[in-house]
Amino acid sequence: MVTTTFSIPVLTLIMLSPVIGAVIIAILPKERTDAIKTVAAAAAFLSLLLSFLVFIGYNRDLGGFQFTEQFDWIPSLGIGYHVGVDGFSAPMLLLTGIVLFGAVLVSWRDNDRPRSFFAYLLLLVSGVFGAFMSLDIFLFLIFYEMVLFPVYVLIAGWGSTRREYAAMKLTIYLFVGSLVAIVGLLVVYFQAGASFDFLKLSEGVRNMPAAQFEQVRPWFLAIFVGFGVLASLWPLHNWSPDGYAAAPTAVSMLHGGVLKATGAYAALRFGVQLMPEAAKYFLPVVVFLALANVLYAGLIAFNQKDLKYIVGFASVSHLGLVLLGITALNEFGLNGAGLELFAGGVMTGLMFALVGIVYGRAHNRNIDELNGFVRIMPLAAVGFVIAALTAMGMPGLPGFPAEIQIFMGLWQAAQTNSMIVPGALNWWYGYIAIAGVLVVLITAAWTLRAVYRVYFTEPANPEWQRLPGLDALEKVAIVFMSGVLIVVGLMPNTVMAVVQSGVQLIVKALGAVGG
Amino acid sequence: MFDNPFNPSELLAVAPEIGLTIWAFFILSLDFLKLPSMNRRALGLLSALGMLAVMVLSAVLAPPAQKSTLLLGGMVRNDLFAYVFDAIFIVAGALTCLASIDFRPVKAGGEFYALIILATMGMCLMAASNDIILLYLATETSSMALYLLAGFMRDTPRSAEAGIKYFIFGAVASTIMLYGLSLVYGLSGHTGYQDIATAIVKLQPGASSMMAVFALLLVVVGFAFKTTTVPFHFWAPDVYEGAPTPVTGFISTASKAAGFAILIRFLLYVFSPMPQFQTPASLVWVAMMQPIAILTMFLGNLLAITQTNVKRMLAYSSVAQAGYIMIGVTALGYAATRGELTDALPTAIAAVIFYIATYMFTNIGAFAIVGLVSQRVGGDDLKDFNGLSRRSPYLALGMVAVLLSLTGAPPLVGFVGKLFLFRSAINETLVGLTVIGVINVLISVFYYLGVVRAMYVDRSPNEARPFPAPVMTRWVVIITSAAVLLITIISTPFWDLALAAAKSFLN
Repeated sequence: MVTTTFSIPVLTLIMLSPVIGAVIIAILPKERTDAIKTVAAAAAFLSLLLSFLVFIGYNRDLGGFQFTEQFDWIPSLGIGYHVGVDGFSAPMLLLTGIVLFGAVLVSWRDNDRPRSFFAYLLLLVSGVFGAFMSLDIFLFLIFYEMVLFPVYVLIAGWGSTRREYAAMKLTIYLFVGSLVAIVGLLVVYFQAGASFDFLKLSEGVRNMPAAQFEQVRPWFLAIFVGFGVLASLWPLHNWSPDGYAAAPTAVSMLHGGVLKATGAYAALRFGVQLMPEAAKYFLPVVVFLALANVLYAGLIAFNQKDLKYIVGFASVSHLGLVLLGITALNEFGLNGAGLELFAGGVMTGLMFALVGIVYGRAHNRNIDELNGFVRIMPLAAVGFVIAALTAMGMPGLPGFPAEIQIFMGLWQAAQTNSMIVPGALNWWYGYIAIAGVLVVLITAAWTLRAVYRVYFTEPANPEWQRLPGLDALEKVAIVFMSGVLIVVGLMPNTVMAVVQSGVQLIVKALGAVGG
Repeated sequence: MFDNPFNPSELLAVAPEIGLTIWAFFILSLDFLKLPSMNRRALGLLSALGMLAVMVLSAVLAPPAQKSTLLLGGMVRNDLFAYVFDAIFIVAGALTCLASIDFRPVKAGGEFYALIILATMGMCLMAASNDIILLYLATETSSMALYLLAGFMRDTPRSAEAGIKYFIFGAVASTIMLYGLSLVYGLSGHTGYQDIATAIVKLQPGASSMMAVFALLLVVVGFAFKTTTVPFHFWAPDVYEGAPTPVTGFISTASKAAGFAILIRFLLYVFSPMPQFQTPASLVWVAMMQPIAILTMFLGNLLAITQTNVKRMLAYSSVAQAGYIMIGVTALGYAATRGELTDALPTAIAAVIFYIATYMFTNIGAFAIVGLVSQRVGGDDLKDFNGLSRRSPYLALGMVAVLLSLTGAPPLVGFVGKLFLFRSAINETLVGLTVIGVINVLISVFYYLGVVRAMYVDRSPNEARPFPAPVMTRWVVIITSAAVLLITIISTPFWDLALAAAKSFLN
């Protein structure tokens, strides 16, 4: 166990800085909107800076969990405050910081009750930060549920299309999903040593007698699918497009870009990494659901006229790719999944930001009615094209190295032995890889076409041309997020190498079990 | 029985009871004096504060013993177990007083608050009693006060009906229990728990030990009535629905807690299942608890789903909650049977205490909100909660907190409580029971979220009109929802206290 290389508890600070920001905002008088926004931006920037420090400070040669902090909390139940990051979660923290910073900048123009808006937004993000760094499952669950509440309030209070319905639908889906996952985790907890500490619990699972493990194994599905709901695993993705269409821009960005990643991350960490043997047993079946994600999102996107729904389905497809990478269960697939979580998170955040910018001015999201926006906001058009090309897997952008690894991983997985049917190969992985590649290309093409319709068509509606262009903060947000995509696209190794050091642990755990 | 000379300092062992009695009569006399400054509201507030003061003062003046001691001629036990239950009853009573202040239909005056205090006093004696005579008297004291409280809204037929029903069923149950207690006395010739226990162990196998089993079953009827466990839960829905809503909160928490206190003490002391004291009767009660727990959980949860009235739904929910607590009781029975006195048994007892304490906060909060809604909207059906989130966002939020805690969702305290209960069951390898408990949690999501749905999704024509919460009810909601949230974060001291109470009970 490597302890923190900084003498300060940097992870706790990352998690607390949004909370502190929220408290300061709550104290400030309602009328001082500029001060409120400045505090929010400062808190966002601080957590971005700290998460960047953790990201570059993470020693990938050493690997394992670093920057750990551990205290007893409810020792009688084996619960502690235990946080730390490995190669998989360090980029996730950075991603959260990036999208949060962009979200605060993009929300600057909204003047609808900014005090409560930014306070809830910061609370939401601190829950996300906490979830990514928790090494105690109880702590993780607390952060997870802590996120649901501000999300609900933000969508129901600040949203648009059918917001209360969408907020409730989203909350109930995610809440019930989490309960199912909790039940699975409790079974593991009771069977493997009554500790919520992730490291102790996974050791307990490793040392479990085979006969006992047979009984615990099915509960892997409860954990994976329960958390999969948050990662919009088909057919439980239904909350996602409705929720995103209704949510205010900043919440769509955070939810689509980051919070969904929490679901995939939890399914990987507390599903696959906790019970590698069960993952090898069941995931070759679950892979069809992940493929359905990509397929379904691709088919639905064709029928959508609403720009926000299109991006919503792009995010379902992006998470489908991540889940495909995870289900491949080899180094390529997991590396690709980690990079895709990062790249796709920034991409989804950027797309939602740009949709929000257009909608905030035109109050219209129908791609048949929007046209000629390139004239008034050329930078937005560039940003959208970059995001769409990332989704498509264009070389030079981070989508390419992510997707190619995911599909290589799937191709390779076709050579693994099936555990459910002894003696057989998981031969269908190869076909899944082929189907996935095609569908992803089509989906992304559709997104690109939406960009074309909105931005690059002839300006038919003179009303649009009178709309104000981008303001300075919006430009900063777009340049910042597109810049991240370009930098990571040109030098994928900046993120890749860190992800790899985390993936190696999982691959080692997977290699140690039969099949 | 009176071998020891009476030592006045022993009275400190019943300090909470004495303080509460004095305070009840003080409130009554204040009411009679009709001082201009002493209106009904002030009386309610004063009752609540006085009860809390009694709780604090008795802890300071007569610190509860870490080791269980027999006092007052063997009538009462002085231990932390009794004191922790006293604290649960007193906090429940005080919160009920506060919630009643703004519950207009009950027209709460001095006599109402005095009855709450007296009922609480009776419950405190129940938790401390170590003698079947005192057990019966204490149970009756609290029950009589509760019967009156349930029927307190004289001009509402439903409340009168609830009072009468509660009284009749309660009288029958306590008669059956008294019959059982008289058989226990007849078999042993003693009234003190320890004396009875030694006499029962010496009973000849055969007819007289079968008689002990019969006596046990009769006594358990009384306990099951108090704790609303199957098959003696049937009174709960009608009484809960008809009684004044704050009183319902009180009956569903404090009275149930008192039932569990006497159940644990009586069964573990008198019919001890520990290896060296095992009798047929003790094995019977240990074996009985698991089916009772399963039936109670399923019945409560399944019937709660079908309810359209929130008070009735919460009544069935509280039956189901009793079922969860019975999981802990089953576990403690098994632990005692194994003779595991140092670790497993205190942990199981502590799990029960912890759960009861947290359940007390959640249910009182829920009923306080229901009471407020029924006054403002004119009913407590599910549809009366429609659109509450738009009329009073914070009230709706408080309701969400307590309902989710009753469900057992993290990070609320219901999750931690259930975890303790399930873990003590797993320790006794009661895997099936735990799985059934978890299944029941999942069933309960339907009806608890049904209320959330009504509050947040369904629309009502009155949404534009705000819904201010009166100050006292607002405080009850704040206290209970804060407790529901914070006890998770600082659960270790509470758990340690529960564990110390469990250990003091065994020493």
